[in-house]
Amino acid sequence: MKVVLENLTKRWGDVVGVDAINLDIKDGEFVVFLGPSGCGKTTTLLIVAGIYKPTGGTIRFDDRVVNQVAPKDRNIGMVFQSYALYPHMTVFQNISYPLKLTKTPKAEMQERAQQVADMMGIGHLMDRKPANLSGGQQQRVALGRALVKEPGLLLFDEPLSNLDARLRLSMRSEIKRLQVELGITSIYVTHDQVEAMTMADRIAVICDGQLHAYDTPAEVYDRPRTLFIARFVGNPPMNFTEVEVFQANGAYHARGEGLEMVVPADRGEKVAGKGKVIMGIRPEDVIIASEGIPGEVHGIEPLGRDHLVDMKIEDIHFYLLADPSLSLKSGDRVKLVFKTEKSQFFDKKSERSLLWN
Amino acid sequence: MTLRKRLWTAAPYIVLVISILPIFLGYFWLLISSFSTQTEGLLPVGNLTLEHFSFLRETPFGTSYPSIWRVTFNTFLIASFMTITVVMVSALAGYALSRLNFPGRKPFLSLTLILHAFPSVTLLIGIFFVLRALGLYNTILGVGLVMVGFEMPFGIWLMKGFFDNVSWDMERAALIDGATRLQVWWQIILPTIKPGMAALALFSFISGWNAWLIPRTFTIGAGQQATLSVYLQNFQGETVAVDWGAVTAVGLFQLIPVAIFFIFTQDLLLSIYAGGSKGGV
Repeated sequence: MKVVLENLTKRWGDVVGVDAINLDIKDGEFVVFLGPSGCGKTTTLLIVAGIYKPTGGTIRFDDRVVNQVAPKDRNIGMVFQSYALYPHMTVFQNISYPLKLTKTPKAEMQERAQQVADMMGIGHLMDRKPANLSGGQQQRVALGRALVKEPGLLLFDEPLSNLDARLRLSMRSEIKRLQVELGITSIYVTHDQVEAMTMADRIAVICDGQLHAYDTPAEVYDRPRTLFIARFVGNPPMNFTEVEVFQANGAYHARGEGLEMVVPADRGEKVAGKGKVIMGIRPEDVIIASEGIPGEVHGIEPLGRDHLVDMKIEDIHFYLLADPSLSLKSGDRVKLVFKTEKSQFFDKKSERSLLWN
Repeated sequence: MTLRKRLWTAAPYIVLVISILPIFLGYFWLLISSFSTQTEGLLPVGNLTLEHFSFLRETPFGTSYPSIWRVTFNTFLIASFMTITVVMVSALAGYALSRLNFPGRKPFLSLTLILHAFPSVTLLIGIFFVLRALGLYNTILGVGLVMVGFEMPFGIWLMKGFFDNVSWDMERAALIDGATRLQVWWQIILPTIKPGMAALALFSFISGWNAWLIPRTFTIGAGQQATLSVYLQNFQGETVAVDWGAVTAVGLFQLIPVAIFFIFTQDLLLSIYAGGSKGGV
């Protein structure tokens, strides 16, 4: 089932929850709505589900306008952050509830529920009540319940937020694998950009009810259209500092407080002469070298594989990822090189990218 | 522990025991008095006897007066009618107030609260005229309806509170699974608030069982529609010395069903205070 959102708006009095969002989702695609808490991504999801009615705009499932269609007639399944299992029913009754409501014959109900439960790896827990299951098992029951009616669209509302880190990792790949196998169009809401990057075919970055970008993970990561996207996507987050770019001796230079570096022409020409702009550079693109900009180590966070180093250039902090074998200590003076071929530039006022718009 | 510390930890218990003592003594006397010919203060003075319980066989007020069994049946009828009606209507109203957004919702909520605090006694005369006009004066149904009306604001407010504590996600999941609003209410939400409903049922039943003012006002004194409390009142005449033994015997008789009901539902009620299910709520 393909989904098209056209100028979707949701207002509560003066408060705008969703602000004219335009999206199209292809059949079988896995789309992630990514954004911080309170940005309107769950609201948008609930409008697609039919729980909220939109204030403006239209939603189309396969060319059929569904604005006024009740949730039960939309052929969708949904998985909630809190699992939302029915506590007084057994696992079997939970999973087969959608079938019971459509008055499916008992034998067929049993067969399909068992099939789905086996697929989710909980086929042996059919007689238990939700209170006697672990968080991961409860989540699987919730997923099974959403899948049992073979919906055209699957909706996820931060389903992994209540699970421990290890379980989150394994469930993440399992959900993705399942979605690819079954080919069901899916919308997945999360604030975790790692989940978005690893699972999505396309990411819709939402902030304050507005759609900032709708692109593949690689595009969103390498070519962020707004400052918000650059700041939000990527772990550890991008470094920002104010610079002025000018042309000298046939090359472009960026000068800021305590630093000056060469910028490749394809980026430099778009930014030169625009006064003070914001330059962004990811921690993995700042390297410790024998020659370069002087900086002082302010703090170190060992991450196991790398060290996250808090570096000070004049009074500005930059984070970079360093090899643990360098054995840096607080107070060490080092030389830094910025890989400016990966740098991003943003307009100070509009916060829009000067490179990709 | 030092003596001072011991006293400090024991203090709450001492206070509680002292507060409960009068009530306990009251029940103690009830028991003693029912089985003795005479008591002086709290202690039995005469012989142990079962003669006070003769009301179980024959009515002590004359043949025109209903037997204790008829009276008990009336009381039971009223209490049950109250319980079922209040719980059902409150469950429906509480859900609507908690979940649905309709015009007049806020005023209705305030009205419920005001009615709950309202001194219903002031309405007795007005209600008398209404009942008589409807032909319901001196009927069990009339008494039942009035009692339901007085109990309803409390019931609605209580149920709304319970519904407010149920997570929205569970309802949304049920709606997406394919349930209508009514199915969500009956199949998903109600089973989840069973302890709440049990509490309301218990309060309503006890309220109905012990009611005195309404049955007294809206039935003719010695009529066939009397309830236990009205029946009891007939022992307290002004012309004859009060037979306290008989009074306490009937009192004990009225007490027993409620005590039994309470014993069986206590576990269910206590689970209101226990935690909810793990994870998803």
